Amino acid sequence: MKNNLILYIGILIFGLAAPFLFPAFKVQLSILCVLIVLATTWNIQGGEMGYNSFGNILFYGLGMYLCASVQVGMFFPLAEWTESGGEKTFVHTPTQFFQGMAVGLIVAAIVPTIIAGLIGYSILGLRGHYFAICTLGLGVAAGEISGGIEIIGAGQGFTTPPFPDVGSLEARGEFFYFLSFFTLILTFIAVRSIYSTRFKLILNAIRDNEDKAEAMGIETMKYKIIGWMISAFFCGLAGGIMGGLVGYIDSTDVAFDGREMGVFMVLMAILGGKGTLWGPIIGATIFHIFKEGFWTFFLGWQYVALGVLIVVIVIYFPEGIMGWLREKYPERFGEVVDEKDRKAQVELK
Amino acid sequence: MDFLVFQYPMITVQACLDGILLGVLFALIAYGMALQWGVMNIINIAQGDLVILGGYIAYFMYLYGIHPAWGVIVAPVIMYFVGIAIYKLVINKVVDRDLFISILATFGISILFMQLMNFAFGADVVLANSGYGTTMLFDSNVVLPNSKIFSAFISILFAACLVIYMKKSKLGRAIRATAQNARAAKILGVDTEKVYAATFGINAALCGVAGALISITFTIHPYMGLPYTIRSFMIVIVAGLGNLPGVAMSGMGLGVFEEFADYILGTEFRIGSVFLLLVLILVYRRFKLSRKREYLK
Repeated sequence: MKNNLILYIGILIFGLAAPFLFPAFKVQLSILCVLIVLATTWNIQGGEMGYNSFGNILFYGLGMYLCASVQVGMFFPLAEWTESGGEKTFVHTPTQFFQGMAVGLIVAAIVPTIIAGLIGYSILGLRGHYFAICTLGLGVAAGEISGGIEIIGAGQGFTTPPFPDVGSLEARGEFFYFLSFFTLILTFIAVRSIYSTRFKLILNAIRDNEDKAEAMGIETMKYKIIGWMISAFFCGLAGGIMGGLVGYIDSTDVAFDGREMGVFMVLMAILGGKGTLWGPIIGATIFHIFKEGFWTFFLGWQYVALGVLIVVIVIYFPEGIMGWLREKYPERFGEVVDEKDRKAQVELK
Repeated sequence: MDFLVFQYPMITVQACLDGILLGVLFALIAYGMALQWGVMNIINIAQGDLVILGGYIAYFMYLYGIHPAWGVIVAPVIMYFVGIAIYKLVINKVVDRDLFISILATFGISILFMQLMNFAFGADVVLANSGYGTTMLFDSNVVLPNSKIFSAFISILFAACLVIYMKKSKLGRAIRATAQNARAAKILGVDTEKVYAATFGINAALCGVAGALISITFTIHPYMGLPYTIRSFMIVIVAGLGNLPGVAMSGMGLGVFEEFADYILGTEFRIGSVFLLLVLILVYRRFKLSRKREYLK
């Protein structure tokens, strides 16, 4: 416990100091925070609940569009904004920008949560691969449909309000960094407190054997929907921040980017270890470092590398880093191990 | 509502005929998917990318001056070996694992193929011109390209050949036995590893035929694979595994649905409506089964 406290304080101090220590990497660090949020919340229903979703990108993209639309729509006519390419005709004052962002983020978090609750009953009744493919379909359908809606820019994209001039050049990066870092802390606290309650045990029961859990008197559907709604809340929030950070929203390449972000969140969680608290965080960090460090070397071959990476991780490393550590040092995870039994198991393998 | 479709009955006829001819192609792809799903219990997300790869084979023959219709013979042969290679490299490691693992692994293959095709063939929308001309029906009110009729005919031919092959040949019997009970088949001396490889190869070959036909009748593009996967998945879950007439019927139904969605909603929503239809079908099935306290599995 004492160790953990020191660890948390250390991470907090590092997080607060990071933008001043590495001013060149502020945008990368903000993206890392968003990625960790996405991986951690995917893990709630992907890892703990056993419902592997490709569709969390739906909430992410929805949050992105909602946040930007609210931010623009509160002060200017939205249709004219997208028509004129936005930023040239209308300019947000700093107050308008921050007010719009705050309201936009709240909407971006609440609406996907409600949508997850509404569609949850129908979608979460599917199991296994049907659920995975159905959510994949949802994500792609959302991208295709939003690409045909005129008011949010249709195929040509939607420019989010540019950051207002507040006197300092560094302000934009710092604002978005602290925003995403704050979201990350919020997510971590929320997920950690969820994982220490009975709710996590129920989710695990659903993963291990849903029929049995139901027979034991757990209203599985209720908990599944709640789990999905929690994911949707943070995915929407992360999407809203990412929209402001990227500055440009395109229906299939940025918002509902199932080929990139939608796979990344699954991959990060699996790389770190499904069904653990720290796994997705470690996975996201390693993945992001790998991606940013090596992407430039591949020069356009990055998707090829991504495809190979997915196949390799999935086939040879499905337990993830945390799973591997757990097998190696079970004592550190609070598991009592019978040494004889362990040896026998190793021999069996 | 002033939709053109309802005002001019000839457009309805046109949409139906187009849809049916298109649907036959979908059914051919779906047949391959049903085959490997039934035998190996794997959902191959890369199915559509195999189709597109087959299309590029025909397109390249066209570029080098060979008539693209010969792609119908060449593409399956090449794709058979591509399929076997994919099986040996990836699929045989995920065959008996968790289904999600296989979905994710094939998703990785799909991304890989998509990008490799993008590099090799460029990101342009291409088609192989067969030069077959068109057929006019009903006082030239309905226009059917002959290439579509040709492709539907070839699809039916290949499907029929495969059905007979599965019924009569030794390998076909082994495949069917493995689909029924892999363990029992193994005990009785069937080399299931070989059967799996052959199944995946046959599936890829079917995709190759379909792709070659698509490159003649429609257009191909490296990123157009996923909709074909989703379509074939949808057809299989509507028809059920091992229900061949069902696959054919629901394939044609899907084709007609798409043509009408195209006319009514507009072309930009065509793919979106396919994916939404998938979600709706799954949700419908889920509610229907939940009345009997069952679920899709």
